[in-house]
Amino acid sequence: MIQISPHAEAALTCTLDERSLYLRRLVLGSVRSAGRGHVGPALSLIEIVRVLYDDILRIDPNNPRDPERDRAILSKGHGCLALYALLADRGFFPLSELDGFCGSDSILGGHPEYGMVPGVEASTGALGHGLSIGVGLALAARMRERNYRTFVLLGDGEINEGSVWEAAMGAAKHGLDNLVAMIDYNKLQSYGPTDYVLPLEPLADKWRSFGFAVQELNGHDVGALRTVLKQVPAVPGKPTAIICHTVKGKGLPAAESNADWHHKNKLSDSELDAIRVAVGDF
Amino acid sequence: MRNTAMNMVHKLAARDERVLYIGSDPGAGTLRAMSKEFPKRHLIEGISESHIIGMSAGLAMEGFVPYVNTIATFLTRRCYEQVAVDLCLHNLPVRLIANGGGLVYAPLGPTHQAIEDIAIMRALPNMTVVCPCDADEAARMMDKTLDWTGPIYIRLGKGGDAVVSKAEHGFEIGKAILMRPPGDVLMVTTGIMLQRAIAAADLLAAQGVRAGILHMHTVKPLDTEALLQAIRGIKLVATLEEHVPSGGLGSAVAETLIDKLGSGLPAMLRLSLPDRFMHNYGSQDSLLKKHGLAPNAIATSIEHALAASRTSAPQLHST
Repeated sequence: MIQISPHAEAALTCTLDERSLYLRRLVLGSVRSAGRGHVGPALSLIEIVRVLYDDILRIDPNNPRDPERDRAILSKGHGCLALYALLADRGFFPLSELDGFCGSDSILGGHPEYGMVPGVEASTGALGHGLSIGVGLALAARMRERNYRTFVLLGDGEINEGSVWEAAMGAAKHGLDNLVAMIDYNKLQSYGPTDYVLPLEPLADKWRSFGFAVQELNGHDVGALRTVLKQVPAVPGKPTAIICHTVKGKGLPAAESNADWHHKNKLSDSELDAIRVAVGDF
Repeated sequence: MRNTAMNMVHKLAARDERVLYIGSDPGAGTLRAMSKEFPKRHLIEGISESHIIGMSAGLAMEGFVPYVNTIATFLTRRCYEQVAVDLCLHNLPVRLIANGGGLVYAPLGPTHQAIEDIAIMRALPNMTVVCPCDADEAARMMDKTLDWTGPIYIRLGKGGDAVVSKAEHGFEIGKAILMRPPGDVLMVTTGIMLQRAIAAADLLAAQGVRAGILHMHTVKPLDTEALLQAIRGIKLVATLEEHVPSGGLGSAVAETLIDKLGSGLPAMLRLSLPDRFMHNYGSQDSLLKKHGLAPNAIATSIEHALAASRTSAPQLHST
C-alpha cells in the first residue's frame, strides 16, 4: 500500500498568506481576460515560483540577460501563468501585459517563449525538454567556471517522458551540483491521477537511484521552500531534486484536485464569485 | 568523408574554444586525439539522443558550438521534437553530423537507412541542410560551419567516395556549384549522387546529349539564383537524390521552379528512391542500382524523358 506523504497532507491543509493570494489574483485575472488558461497547473506552482523569484534566484529585472544570473527554466510550460505573474510582479515587464494573455499581439502565450518574454530562459510547452537544456546550462557553467545555478521546474505528468530520465542520468554523470530539479508533484495530470495514468512512486527513490540528492517538502510552505532552496546543493557533487508535494488548483476550492480545472475556458459568473471568495477581489 | 568531417571537428576545436564534440555512443576511438588534447570538450553522453539535443541547446545558449554526432536515423527520427523546439525554435548554432546518410547502412536494414532525413530536416524553420559529395568537400564544408547562424544538419556519406570536388570550386553554405555547364539537360544533385551524375553525363555525351550538372550541396537554403541561371535554355531538369521522392532535393527544386516561374516550366524528371522502406540489404551501390540510380539507368531515364519532352506538352515526370 502506498503511504501518503505527510508533506502531501500538509499541502492539502495549509493556508496561504496575502502574497500567495495576490499572485493567484494575478493568475486568475489573466484567465478572466483571455477566457482560457491552465489554471490548476499554475496554482499548484505559485509558491515554488514565488520563493525562487523572491528569495533565491540572483536575477536583475533590469538586466535579464546578465551572464552571471541564475537560470530558471519552467519545463512544465503550461504552468506559465504562475511564472508570468511573478515576472510581472518583479518588474520584468509591466503588470498590464497580464491582461493580454494569449492575445494575438501579446508577448504572453499559452506557453512561454524565449525572446518574447523578458526573463524566460527557454521556450517550453512540449514536455520533457527542460531538464536536458538545464544540464547543458549547468555543464556550461562548470566548463566556463561560472557560479550561476540552474533551476528546472518539472511537472509530475511531465516526468512520464523518458527524456527526463535520460537527462537525469546525464546530470548525475557530470555531478552537476549546480543543477536543481523541482518537481511540482500535485498528483493530477490532464486525464486524472498520476497514480492511474502512469504511477510515479516510489518517486523519491527513483530520483535517488538516478544519482540525485533528494529533498521532499510541502510545495505550498513558503518557509520550507526557502530553507531547502537556500541549502542547495543538498549534497556536494550531486544534482538536487526537490519533490514539492502540492495541490493542483491550490487556493481555489472548486479547482483543488479537480482535473476539470487543468485547462479552463471561459469562467462563469458563479465561478468568478467563488474565486473572489477564495482569493479576494480581482 | 566521415573521418575527414570528424577530424575537422578536432581542427575546429583547436582553432576555437567554443567547439565541442558530443557523441552518443560512437565507434570506439572516435576522435581519440581530440579526447586527449581537449578532454573537457569531447563528450560522450550515451544512447540518449533526445537528451543530447536538449543538452546541446543549453550549451549553445551559453555560447558553445556543439557538433553532435551519431547515425543519421537516430539523429533525426528519435529526437525530432528536440531538434524542432530546442534547436530550431531557439535558432541555436548546433551542428548535427549524421553518419550514414541515405543508404550507407544498407546491410543493416531500414532502421539504419536515412531515406527521408532531408525532408524532415528541411521542413523545420531555421534549419540548414548540407550534403557534401566527398571528403575534400566535407573538409571545406566543415570549415564554414563554425560561424553559421542557426542549426545545421550535415548528411555524410560513408567514406571512400571518389573525390570529384575541386578546391577551386570553394564552398559556401547555400551556394550551389556548377560542375558542368548546362546543355539540353541540367542534372541537379546533392551528396554522393554527384559522382553518379558525372558518370551519367559522360554516357549521355557519348550519345550526343549535353548534360550539365548543378551540385546543390546545400538543400536548404536552396540556391535559387544558381538554379534559375542554370535552367536557361535547357529542355529538361533532372534531379538526382538518394532519398524518398517526397520532400527532398527534387521537391525543393520543383517548389522553387513553380514559385519562381509559375508558368513555362521546363520538363522535369525526379530520380529518387521509391516511397517505401528498403527491404533489401546488400550495399549502398547495389540498392542505388536496384532503384535506377546507377549511371546507366540515370542516363537512360534522362534520354527517355528528353524524348518525351520533345513530343508532348511540358509535364512532370517522376519515378
